[in-house]
Amino acid sequence: MLATSNALRLHVESALAGRVVSPFRFQEPQPITASAGIAAVDQLAGGLPRGCLTEVFGGISSGITSLLHTALAARTANAEVCALVDAQDSFDPGCAQFAGVSLQQLLWVRCRNVDQALRSVDLLLHGGGFSLVAVDLSGAPARLIRQIPLSFWFRLRRTVENTSTILLVLSRESNTKTCASLVLRMEREVARWSLQDRQYPSRDFHTPASLLDGWTTTAEMIRCKARRKNIAVIGRAKTFANQDAELARFDLRSNHFLSVDSSGSAWPLPSPQDQSQNERTQNFG
Amino acid sequence: MSPAALFAAIYVPNFTLQAIGRCEPELRTRPLAIIDGPPPTYQVVALNRLADILGVARGMTKAAVTQFAHVTIRTRCRVREEAAHAALLDVAWSITPRVEDAAPHTLLIDISGLTTLFGDAEAIACEIASRACTFGMDVHVAISANVETARIVARALPGPTIVPEGQERRFLETLPVSMLSPGQELSEVFNRWGVATCKALASLPVFALSECVGQEGIHLQAIASGKGARPLLLAEPVQHFEEWFELDEAVDDLEALSFLLGRLLDQLSARLSARALSIAAVQVNFQLQPSFDNAFDTSRELLRVKPTARTFSCSLELPVPTRDSKLLLKLLRLRLQSSPPDAPIQKIHMAAQSSLARVTQGSLFVPTAPDPDKLELTIARIMAVVGEGNVGSPHLFDSHRPDAFHIQKFSVTATDRNASRGITKRLTKNNLQNRNPHSKKDVPTIALHVFRPPVPARVRLQGNKPVFASFQGCSGKVVQASGPWRSSGQWWEEQPWQEDAWDLEIIFSGESPARHGLYRFCYDGIQEKWFVRGVYD
Repeated sequence: MLATSNALRLHVESALAGRVVSPFRFQEPQPITASAGIAAVDQLAGGLPRGCLTEVFGGISSGITSLLHTALAARTANAEVCALVDAQDSFDPGCAQFAGVSLQQLLWVRCRNVDQALRSVDLLLHGGGFSLVAVDLSGAPARLIRQIPLSFWFRLRRTVENTSTILLVLSRESNTKTCASLVLRMEREVARWSLQDRQYPSRDFHTPASLLDGWTTTAEMIRCKARRKNIAVIGRAKTFANQDAELARFDLRSNHFLSVDSSGSAWPLPSPQDQSQNERTQNFG
Repeated sequence: MSPAALFAAIYVPNFTLQAIGRCEPELRTRPLAIIDGPPPTYQVVALNRLADILGVARGMTKAAVTQFAHVTIRTRCRVREEAAHAALLDVAWSITPRVEDAAPHTLLIDISGLTTLFGDAEAIACEIASRACTFGMDVHVAISANVETARIVARALPGPTIVPEGQERRFLETLPVSMLSPGQELSEVFNRWGVATCKALASLPVFALSECVGQEGIHLQAIASGKGARPLLLAEPVQHFEEWFELDEAVDDLEALSFLLGRLLDQLSARLSARALSIAAVQVNFQLQPSFDNAFDTSRELLRVKPTARTFSCSLELPVPTRDSKLLLKLLRLRLQSSPPDAPIQKIHMAAQSSLARVTQGSLFVPTAPDPDKLELTIARIMAVVGEGNVGSPHLFDSHRPDAFHIQKFSVTATDRNASRGITKRLTKNNLQNRNPHSKKDVPTIALHVFRPPVPARVRLQGNKPVFASFQGCSGKVVQASGPWRSSGQWWEEQPWQEDAWDLEIIFSGESPARHGLYRFCYDGIQEKWFVRGVYD
């Protein structure tokens, strides 16, 4: 009987040779991905996988909030509905709107602690229909985040499976372990400050000594379910060749650069329409 | 009157009893007596057949009825009768808009031309009775070409009755004259004459009758002969829907209250469904039990009555109209759980704002969005967790003040409206990107991770420039600084604000490896204190 089945298997494999690779091995379908809004990250990881849990972590000023804003902007620009569970009420809608997020399409849940955030994300995922559900745990104490049981992350992963929802978790440390299909570690390189001579449209405005231009962030792919060969262990030394393949560098720029580009002026002046009639903004030396 | 004219009369027998039974269906299978009157002398004004069999009779006092152990006693409730009348009107308007509100228990409707919609006259009568039954009312329906004949026959005969054209007199001749509702004086005259039935009245000579009792007698004779034709006095369809429930004993348990709310919502939903409408908003007003503990201030002035609120309101505004009473009940429960009334509830008044039903058509090119009904429930559940005002869509104020925004209600309908615009915007953006692939607009911007409320900080200055900062137990040297960016506003009001913002890069001391951070600091010119607004992240 065993010999017959082996022979049959060999026969099928030889018949399908060149057309189907390993026909008797189960292959999980590749998840559909959506753009993260940053070309370098999309090239690195292929985008944010739908129906999966994606974790992005990094230290202070590493750029994880910027990545969140770009991801939200990319989804809302596609007329998709997103939700943000903000564990420590740290979301800045002004910055997000500047980054291109359509605030009308964003459901913002302002929590006061981690427990509220976890319960909210559970309810949101069970409600369904959101394109992106982001959980920002970056402001929460690391001690509380570490206490979240792994079973909770498994449950969230199971909830979003076979849906088109992207579950994005942002934190300062990696917590989701093997539940995440994609894990990115963000790290900031040296910040760029400029000291430039500018033409000022009015003497009422102060001449700044220097301006924060931005910084370069490195995104390292720690885990990617779609690319199992690149699985790495946090803290393990890697060769430079492998490192380059799993790293993406991109620039984060300050807001005033965009204003220079868009308006053509050398100063981020508010337009007369935007400026409130009842308030004044001045910079004094 | 055209020969094709056809009228139906809807009559609710024992209306007082049925108004109670509509709100409490379980009472229909029990002996029930309705009492009314001033408090010491309650009398039975209505009873059902089971109570009649047990020996209860109209006019009995409450004390006498209480001798019957199995008889349930209820006080007559005017508000329930009004609600039942409104429901009866909705039944009629669900058939035709041409409705005359003849009495609280009687409606006359014009059903001319409805045979193509419902079938013959008998089918229409059965349809009316069936719809009334779904509203918890057993009605008599009579159809005739003569409106007055239909009214009298419906009052006299149970079940659907069809009066063929030309045979009105035959149906009426056996009925007593009192069915024509003559005045008291005329009724006494007919009694003296021995005119007891409609047949007897119809056979009286017209001129002699006119000489004796005047035009009223002639009018009643025409009705008794089946000839009294008149146009309908049409009632205007109402767009507000209300239901009441008055409790004999106050309720303070949410489970019991949910049961009552669910019943009222079911009734409202059924009424709106009959009118092809949906519920856009629900307002629930609770009349609370008076509390003497709260009503009097015993500490200062014994007899001074405080203006205590005796009512409690709760409202639901839905992003899209719905008829799902279960969904509405869940939302109401969540709302009451988060902010319960402070006293037991005695009376419930529920008003629904009607709207046309939502008509949506899916599109292949619009991304999926949460189901509005389900989303509303999800938001309500999250609101119960994080508190009201912490869930929604942010909306920025037109102000330079930091963190100037408010949370507005999140709805998918607004998203739907912008869906096509979003696609257009995306296409336009793609075109722009194709034109200038190296545009700096593609570069992501830095975001601010805000601290709410701002964290107090200590900053050491050197030549008006920060050189050392400490906050939340961390301290470090400032290696780069940009600022101050001064802004102010509302200086003409009671709460002015003024702050100097600084972008600082700090190397925290005592940590290995050295930790850098890019922060937004601000100096509050009003409080004259330093704060950390957030961290660039």
